[in-house]
Amino acid sequence: MLEAFHFEFMRNALMAGILTSVICGVIGTLIVVNRLVFLSGGVAHSAYGGIGLAFFFGIPYMLGAVGFAFLAAMLMAAVSMKSKQRADTIIGVIWAVGMASGVLLLDMTPGYNVDLMSYLFGSILSVPFSDLVTMLIIGSIILLVVTYYFRDLLIMSYDEEFARVRGVPVRGLYYLLIGIVSITVVMVVQVVGLILVIALLTIPPYIAEKYTKSLFQMMMLSCALGMVFTIGGLWASYTYDMTSGAVIIFFAGIAFFLSLVIDKLLLLRKKKIMSLAHQEEINAMRS
Amino acid sequence: MAIPIIEIHDLCFSYSGKEVLHNINLTIHEKDFVAVIGPNGGGKTTLVKLILGLLKPTRGVIKLAGKPLRSSDASIGYVPQQIDHNLSFPATALDIVLMGKHTPKRRFFLHNSRSDRRDATTVLEQMGIAEFADRKITDLSGGQRQRVLIARALVTNPDLLVLDEPTASIDTKGQTDFYNLLKTLNRERTIFMVSHDLMTISSYAKSIACVNKRLHYHQTFETSTDLLNAYYSCSVEEICPVSVVSSGITRQQSAEGERNA
Repeated sequence: MLEAFHFEFMRNALMAGILTSVICGVIGTLIVVNRLVFLSGGVAHSAYGGIGLAFFFGIPYMLGAVGFAFLAAMLMAAVSMKSKQRADTIIGVIWAVGMASGVLLLDMTPGYNVDLMSYLFGSILSVPFSDLVTMLIIGSIILLVVTYYFRDLLIMSYDEEFARVRGVPVRGLYYLLIGIVSITVVMVVQVVGLILVIALLTIPPYIAEKYTKSLFQMMMLSCALGMVFTIGGLWASYTYDMTSGAVIIFFAGIAFFLSLVIDKLLLLRKKKIMSLAHQEEINAMRS
Repeated sequence: MAIPIIEIHDLCFSYSGKEVLHNINLTIHEKDFVAVIGPNGGGKTTLVKLILGLLKPTRGVIKLAGKPLRSSDASIGYVPQQIDHNLSFPATALDIVLMGKHTPKRRFFLHNSRSDRRDATTVLEQMGIAEFADRKITDLSGGQRQRVLIARALVTNPDLLVLDEPTASIDTKGQTDFYNLLKTLNRERTIFMVSHDLMTISSYAKSIACVNKRLHYHQTFETSTDLLNAYYSCSVEEICPVSVVSSGITRQQSAEGERNA
């Protein structure tokens, strides 16, 4: 494995994986506890519309993607605040229309064709150093904002109504959180691809939630798990020459199902101990 | 007489074109124990949310201790109806109680101050669940979680405690304990509680407010028959007739209510 790091692209891939894991661990935790997974998926997919738009009008595509994703995210936030009942349906509509318009706009753009597959699965092995710097800067800003509002976010995530009674600016904070989610998603998508972003935003926090006692611990464990998955995936993809994004997701998926099995076993053991104790009680009463 | 803790004048509230509350007038004095009753959809929870400042009245004013209502008022402790939402949230009982201590002014502090921790632990002790302080909320029973949420409301030492059907998910034994606890708290605090449980209201509440679009306030009631009458009259659309309420004091009160309405 170590000789792999003589290659610059491997070092960059490792850096990208670690950065992504940290950002996704923190933001993914907030996404999971606020039940924003579907919304994040919607943002990530509709951002493709922004890419189409950017190529069609010849503007920098990062600008197009971030702008489009941000607007779509704000729209979704407004809808989910206004009518919670049907928010998921409307997010589904924006999701599909955003993605389709991206494909159409790229069809209409002469000469250039962005590969949809590379958008979906990314190419962590070809991340340029400049992208890493951008990621580091934006990621640091995002982490600072989250640190500043940490307690407000914590209280809002647990009980929105109580948060409002305590004077937490829930509405503003909700838009802020979804804005951060949209920027995170777009930034990380171009490095590791859409599918991997969703996997890293959801799987590590989901596993971490069960074994931690606070939101902060959950974030930390999510970051660590994300790193294990990305580094493990990179190693496997280097050793066995497989698509890196898919291997990382596969690793995360295995961990996810393992955690489910472990939970089941723990539950069974608990039940067994209970029933044994019960049986002993009955025996004691009989004798 | 001292300044009433809650004053509501000519309050109306409409939601998407439908009037939910109409012309509510209510004055509640300190250390009262008000039970809010009424049919489903009668506007009980809406009234609670208006008092908490979660909703803005369409018309009218609400004053708390003589001052106009502001959100982030530390003088109200709120215990919500639902206690088992967001169950898998990673937080211990102590963390949840500490959330009650939060003021938005003090950001950038990830750690809770020592005095906040001490206060939270004291309240948990008062609730009789200090030994569960370090447990995750998932691992607590419904009754224990309920106590955690009350502790969260009490940790700011509020003068007014607002509860929305707090016993919906507690068993009978737990409910008795809970109401005894409220009785103790009522010695120093005003309690405003939405409830359907007539049995407990009759033995613990001091006054009744019937909410069914309009509000009829019975400042005292003598027997559980009075209570039943109040309850049934309240279920009938917009009337709270004097005749069905038998006791002398209550008759006078509801006559007042009638004039207001």
